[in-house]
Amino acid sequence: MSGFVDLIAEAKASGNFQGLVDNIPYHAYLGIRVYEENGALIAVLPGNEKIIGNPVVPAIHGGVIGAFLETTAILHLMWSGQTLHVPKTITVTVDYMRSAAVIDTYAKATITKLGSRVANVRARAWQDDPERPVAAVNANFLIQPADDG
Amino acid sequence: MADRPTTRPSKGPKDGPSNPTRAVFSSPIPHVSELGIELVEAGDGRGLMRLPWRLDLVGNPETGVLHGGVVTTLIDSVCGMACLTALEKPQPIVTLDLRIDYLRPATPKRDIFAAAEAYKVTRQVVFVRATAYQDGPEDLVAAAVGTFMLSGRLGLRPVAEASS
Repeated sequence: MSGFVDLIAEAKASGNFQGLVDNIPYHAYLGIRVYEENGALIAVLPGNEKIIGNPVVPAIHGGVIGAFLETTAILHLMWSGQTLHVPKTITVTVDYMRSAAVIDTYAKATITKLGSRVANVRARAWQDDPERPVAAVNANFLIQPADDG
Repeated sequence: MADRPTTRPSKGPKDGPSNPTRAVFSSPIPHVSELGIELVEAGDGRGLMRLPWRLDLVGNPETGVLHGGVVTTLIDSVCGMACLTALEKPQPIVTLDLRIDYLRPATPKRDIFAAAEAYKVTRQVVFVRATAYQDGPEDLVAAAVGTFMLSGRLGLRPVAEASS
């Protein structure tokens, strides 16, 4: 069990979360990348044909956008050092604002409320213009604060 | 899901030759095929899909549990299917919102099923509820509610469109 926990600790110590992202098969499958910008963690979902949900428009599958936002929220919680273990998702609500073109999608999260057991996190995804979000999530996670780890 | 998913006739009273959804079923959704999601049955405002476990979709490499996001995609897809089969005439639909409650981690190496029901259709909005389960419909992994807008003219994300 210690392998993954060590990986999280290592990522936090180095500030490089890409190793953690790549270690999760589904993240690697989607090709998710992360980087820091102005003190915030930005996640990138590369656009490609295998994530198309509507070939007519074409548009990225909404489930993938939801999954990407949930992932961004989880990575943000770990990146911000609020939990040593992978947070467990309790609820996720996804709002879809616009069709997501099959290009790179970016996402950023903020922690709305951090309790001793539950964290409420919001994340927003955009493509060309950060002011024109394609979707947003509001999610609750079960966390184990870093102190307990 | 294969390019032409097999459909079983629904037991619903309104199902019949006039059911307009066959064209929809025959339009493959690339990402749904990619994930290996299969359509088990659909008709009369209901849908049932199956997602076989796969290593590259795992969210926790220590336990082998599938990523919650994969369940999100499964549920979004089956909700869309339930909506399409609830409509009198085929028309594009877009997801407005989707809330998912994760009740327990899905057991690794076992199929996940998702069943959805469009329980209210209005002129512009379809209301859907769905569950994801493994051993039986009572063995819940996740529960969800979603709303879908009819027609893509609001510029929202289209889920599927009937081919004419």
